[in-house]
Amino acid sequence: MGRALINVPPKARKGQVIDIKALVSHPMETGYRTGPDGALVPRDIINRFLVTWNGQEIFSADLFPAIAANPYFAFTTIAQESGTITFRWFDDKGNAQVETAAIVVE
Amino acid sequence: MRRLVAIAGVALGLAAGLQASRGDERRSGATFMSPQTQALQADDAANPGMLSVADGQAQWSTPAGPNGTACTACHGDARDTMRGVAARYPAIDAVSGKAVDLMGRINLCRTRNMGAPALPAEGAELLGLAAYVGFQSRGLRIAPPTGAAMDAVRDAGRALYTRRQGQLDFSCAACHDDNWGRRLAAAPIPQAHPTGYPLYRLEWQATGSLQRRFRNCMTGVRAEPWPYGSDEAIALEAFLMDRARGMAVETPAVRP
Ligand code: HEC
Ligand code: HEC
Repeated sequence: MGRALINVPPKARKGQVIDIKALVSHPMETGYRTGPDGALVPRDIINRFLVTWNGQEIFSADLFPAIAANPYFAFTTIAQESGTITFRWFDDKGNAQVETAAIVVE
Repeated sequence: MRRLVAIAGVALGLAAGLQASRGDERRSGATFMSPQTQALQADDAANPGMLSVADGQAQWSTPAGPNGTACTACHGDARDTMRGVAARYPAIDAVSGKAVDLMGRINLCRTRNMGAPALPAEGAELLGLAAYVGFQSRGLRIAPPTGAAMDAVRDAGRALYTRRQGQLDFSCAACHDDNWGRRLAAAPIPQAHPTGYPLYRLEWQATGSLQRRFRNCMTGVRAEPWPYGSDEAIALEAFLMDRARGMAVETPAVRP
């Protein structure tokens, strides 16, 4: 997998609703397109996106072939405690891309 | 209500620097897009072109060639040294005396200054470097170089822009000067200002160059597209940049 851009506020108050955004580069090859040789290009999509905060799941999504290349997710969550937010994207090839962001909650 | 909408429209255009000054009819392609696509371009956290910028940023300091030199070795921090550079390309390369565009210039640095092979046209690496260099000019005004040599290149570009071509026998001007603002099937016809390249095109699902955009328009009228980096393509780029002189650079833009 390629590059990811994640957007997490570095600081938040306890109980505050915060915005989290995550953009990752991935071709999201549907498996329905033909290549120059006329044969089907094998499907290769991110099929699952999982976000945890200090190990506890706060957001996840299953993805399907109709989702465009370079998927972008934006969601909100409630700030509870300082620590690490971990983003994981899993694709059909069995690759996982992992990114982390630190956040301080006061 | 209508006046409010008009005021909001002007405010939006000015805020984004997408419109030239009053009395100037020139408009960035962004102003023809839906509000949703405009919002995608405006938010750096959502704009997928920023992935290419991040790619280029990483390459900027990655060594290449036999001596293991990186762009940083000669150019330092791109935020200082590359500011405004993309706004004045294509330009004449002093060594060959020929016009080169930004990607050609980057490849000259690879081959001449780093002893590394040229990066393939339209590959993620070259697009990334061009997007990163272009990003350093975002918001600055397009300011093509003056001089007789560039004038000759731009004249050649203007001739190509106004020449009818392809099985459908259209010139670029027939759509982009005479019919901008109207629709070609569902797509609004923009004025063809090259303000945002390399940019992320939703139809491509990828970042692409201005020359890739030319190819789309040329195959659209069933003309044979020019090869990447050809004199024709560079002349047309130079003409379009001059036609957009003073408009703001948007790299990396988003287009439908
Ligand atoms: C038949 C009409 C037509 C012709 C002829 C045509 N174009 Fe286009 N062009 C379009 C349309 C429509 C779009 C916008 C496509 C979209 O948004 O899906 C476009 C988009 C563009 C853009 C993108 C502008 C931006 O905001 O990024 C450029 C640049 C461009 N054309 C250049 C050219 C050049 C150069 C030629 C001649 C070689 C040409 N076009 C010929 C219809 C045309
Ligand atoms: C060994 C030194 C060296 C390295 C390494 C190098 N360059 Fe250059 N670069 C130069 C010189 C010298 C010039 C000025 C050339 C001229 O004026 O013709 C230049 C000019 C440029 C310009 C045009 C600047 C302008 O103001 O017009 C760009 C863009 C550029 N380089 C990009 C890059 C990129 C991207 C890399 C890395 C892939 C790179 N260069 C690596 C020496 C280098």
